[in-house]
Amino acid sequence: MNGIAVSTAINGDDIEFLCRPEETLLTVLRDRLGLMGAKEGCGTGDCGACSVRVDGRLVCSCLVLGAEVQGQVVETIEGMASGDSLHPLQEKFLEHAALQCGICTPGFLMAAKDLLERNPDPSEEEIRFGLAGNLCRCTGYDKIVRAVQDAAQVMRGDAA
Amino acid sequence: MNINAKTQIQEFRSVGTRPVRQDGVDKVTGRARYGADYNMPGQLVGLVLRSPHAHARIKSIDTSAAEALKGVKAVITAADLPDHADGDEGLLEILDNCMARTKARYDGHAVAAVAAIDEATARKALGLIRVDYEVLPHVTDVDEALKSTANVVHEHATSRVDPEQNVPLNVHATEEFGHGDIEAGFAKSDLIVERSFKAEQSHQGYIEPHACVASVNADGTGDLWVTTQGHFSYRIVCAQLLGMDVSKLRVTSSEIGGGFGGKTHVWAEPVALALSRKAGRPVKLTMSREEVFRSTGPTSPASIDVKIGVSNEGVITSAYAHLRYGCGPYSGVWGMLGAMTAFACYDIENVKTIGIDVRINRPKTAAYRAPSAPVAAFAVESVLDEIAQKLDMDPLELRFRNAVKNGSRSSYGPTFGTIGLVEVLEAVKSHPQLNVPLAANQGRGIACGYWFNIGGQTCTTLNIGVDGTATLTIGTVDVGGSRSSMSLVAAEELGIDYDKVKTVIGDTATLGHNDTTEGSRGTFSSSMATINAVKQAIGVLRERAAKMWEIPVDDVVWEKGCARAVGEEHGNLPTLSLAEIAKEAPNTGGPIAGHSEIVAEGVGVSFGAHICDVEVDPETGATKILRYLVVQDAGRAIHPAYVEGQYQGGAVQGIGWALNEEYVYGADGRLQNAGFLDYRIPVCSDLPMIDTVIVEVPNPGHPYGVRGVGETPIVPPLAAVANAISRATGVRMTHVPMSPPRVLAALENAKVT
Ligand code: FES
Ligand code: FES
Repeated sequence: MNGIAVSTAINGDDIEFLCRPEETLLTVLRDRLGLMGAKEGCGTGDCGACSVRVDGRLVCSCLVLGAEVQGQVVETIEGMASGDSLHPLQEKFLEHAALQCGICTPGFLMAAKDLLERNPDPSEEEIRFGLAGNLCRCTGYDKIVRAVQDAAQVMRGDAA
Repeated sequence: MNINAKTQIQEFRSVGTRPVRQDGVDKVTGRARYGADYNMPGQLVGLVLRSPHAHARIKSIDTSAAEALKGVKAVITAADLPDHADGDEGLLEILDNCMARTKARYDGHAVAAVAAIDEATARKALGLIRVDYEVLPHVTDVDEALKSTANVVHEHATSRVDPEQNVPLNVHATEEFGHGDIEAGFAKSDLIVERSFKAEQSHQGYIEPHACVASVNADGTGDLWVTTQGHFSYRIVCAQLLGMDVSKLRVTSSEIGGGFGGKTHVWAEPVALALSRKAGRPVKLTMSREEVFRSTGPTSPASIDVKIGVSNEGVITSAYAHLRYGCGPYSGVWGMLGAMTAFACYDIENVKTIGIDVRINRPKTAAYRAPSAPVAAFAVESVLDEIAQKLDMDPLELRFRNAVKNGSRSSYGPTFGTIGLVEVLEAVKSHPQLNVPLAANQGRGIACGYWFNIGGQTCTTLNIGVDGTATLTIGTVDVGGSRSSMSLVAAEELGIDYDKVKTVIGDTATLGHNDTTEGSRGTFSSSMATINAVKQAIGVLRERAAKMWEIPVDDVVWEKGCARAVGEEHGNLPTLSLAEIAKEAPNTGGPIAGHSEIVAEGVGVSFGAHICDVEVDPETGATKILRYLVVQDAGRAIHPAYVEGQYQGGAVQGIGWALNEEYVYGADGRLQNAGFLDYRIPVCSDLPMIDTVIVEVPNPGHPYGVRGVGETPIVPPLAAVANAISRATGVRMTHVPMSPPRVLAALENAKVT
């Protein structure tokens, strides 16, 4: 087979895999590495359910080739909690009932984490535009925005 | 739960609280397994070949080249899915939709499928299948299809024939509802408004595409892992279509990434099973987003005429609606549901509705959250808004004057029991949003909505663990957090803490039949069965306590999660906790459990009212939602955060439909926007916060007063947004979605005329 050998770091672990040239990062994560937290909602970059970070940049993993992550650092939803303790965003999504079916949740969490790391104190509008690349069909976004606002406050260390 | 002796009001300790959901951690860490997140050993990849034509006779299919390709393990066509329907026309239609038998009836209709060792091979094999089509004339518009000259979409099952020309029509069914004499009613009215409306077709738009893994063994047994709203129904239909014994097919519902009615029907599952049967290996079949749009159930496009007459005081004297719904190539109930719900919010002396299902060359219509009701409400509530304008009356006051109350005869027949529309309107009236002043180009719209809700077959099991915790197994698929609601109910009834109960969804081999999670029945029905199952378990717990104490069971009561001995003789014994009784179970009679198998009755209908504030840009026709309020009667909110979530989510789906979402068909009958880029659902930046008020008028048919809440929220938005835009622009909107070009055209048109 014409597999390409790729060495990368995923959620802090060194990982090596073989993939075909046309295989997307999403397919590699899900089908080759068993990291199924990234979801395929569209495969065309329109829904954000497959969001991950590559070298600190938020991407739709359905639009990135697996071979492209050679030598890069990949972060997925599976690496968001540290051990037993959830990330404040994960806590707040649960507390605010910011998910119904939950299929969009990994993508939203990755996008929100990326947003808050770039902008720790976003306005409601900045949150809404920051998350506009992620589709949620269940919640109407209200509780998602509130969860992100609340998590931002916790992450800044402001008194609640 | 206690009844307050003074007020006679139920007091709850768990129900009505907002704990973290029990399946939550898996879902925020990426561990929850949805349809596509499961694999079986040796599984193949299945792919489906779909018709590029809206209507075509399949003259022949040559699969030989695909079969010869290395790595291809099975290729199937309709010939591999023989007719086991035994004359059941409905079942045959489902089979025909899963795999076209003689004709492709819409763009995207499945005609063949392959299973191969990997996706690349399967895709290559699809390209090698040769289908010889004879392209036929098609019709995708509801009103066009109704003309008797239009092409007939489905010749055999057509149930209406033109009496003059004796030719089949595309009308599948006509249903009529009402009472009184509408002509006499119109003659009495001081003002009559009559208008026609059109609603384009929208899709449920669940973010998770259909996906399943099917495994059929040589001995006739099978397993199906699938994202579905109803694994029991899927089992029955799949087994029937494949000629299998129902009990030999075990169906497990995965976590489900949204359904909204779209995952109540089988599409790819029988195909996956047939592929697996032929290949002798498990097959995973996942739809692409394009396949979801082209081939799975959108809701009906519709065309509606409404005529309402009122007195000068704003009392409706007569009302009439003629509602035409597209049902795809197969039969539907959509006209009936539209005709039943159109005037359900109002107490009307003379009322008549006619609902028609029209066959068209579009995908088979599936339910979409309160199916048919949103567009019926769009038409009716728009006319009411215009009447309010013409009478110079507050539109809310107009609704008060006509609202149905306890004992009102509904427009579709039955008499309402305890209902909450007036309470909903009261809550709207006192809401601060009504007092926010509006600026130029801004408008406020109000609309009401109704949905029946349903009950149905339900089955649950409660097992007490050795440590006094409980596992509740339910069979209604949890689409939006209902497992947590069930844990709250079980905790309430048992008198223990929420975190001591874990609710899981049983597969089809674990529980008796459960109807599909649809019709807002999940929480209503399963909570009823849960309460029964807990009561039965409490009976066993009392017996075991009696045994431990060696006293008659009649002297044991259950209170606050403990057995307590009563009466003069034993009343001073210390209580026995659930944990203490559970620990002794091996010595007192074995496992402790409770079951319930019911047909849930006593359904409580649900009413809602929405207020929408918009600003319309007169240059572009673009609409911005400024504020949005949902008020709805929940009967009793078990987990209020998730009830609010249903209100908000339904409202936003309705807003999307009102402003953007539509299927666009070309003259060639092909769907032109089968993707999220061109079929635009609302994103975060399109919206404000969605305000909610939960009104609670308990449903007397349920032990806690629960009403279904999932569907009513999508009923008012089309009308609420349309009324807001109409008031902002001074031009009555009659066609959804009210996308910028359509609004602009309406404004231009109004200038000309
Ligand atoms: S799956 Fe990648 S954006 Fe939708
Ligand atoms: S929670 Fe279902 S799509 Fe967001």
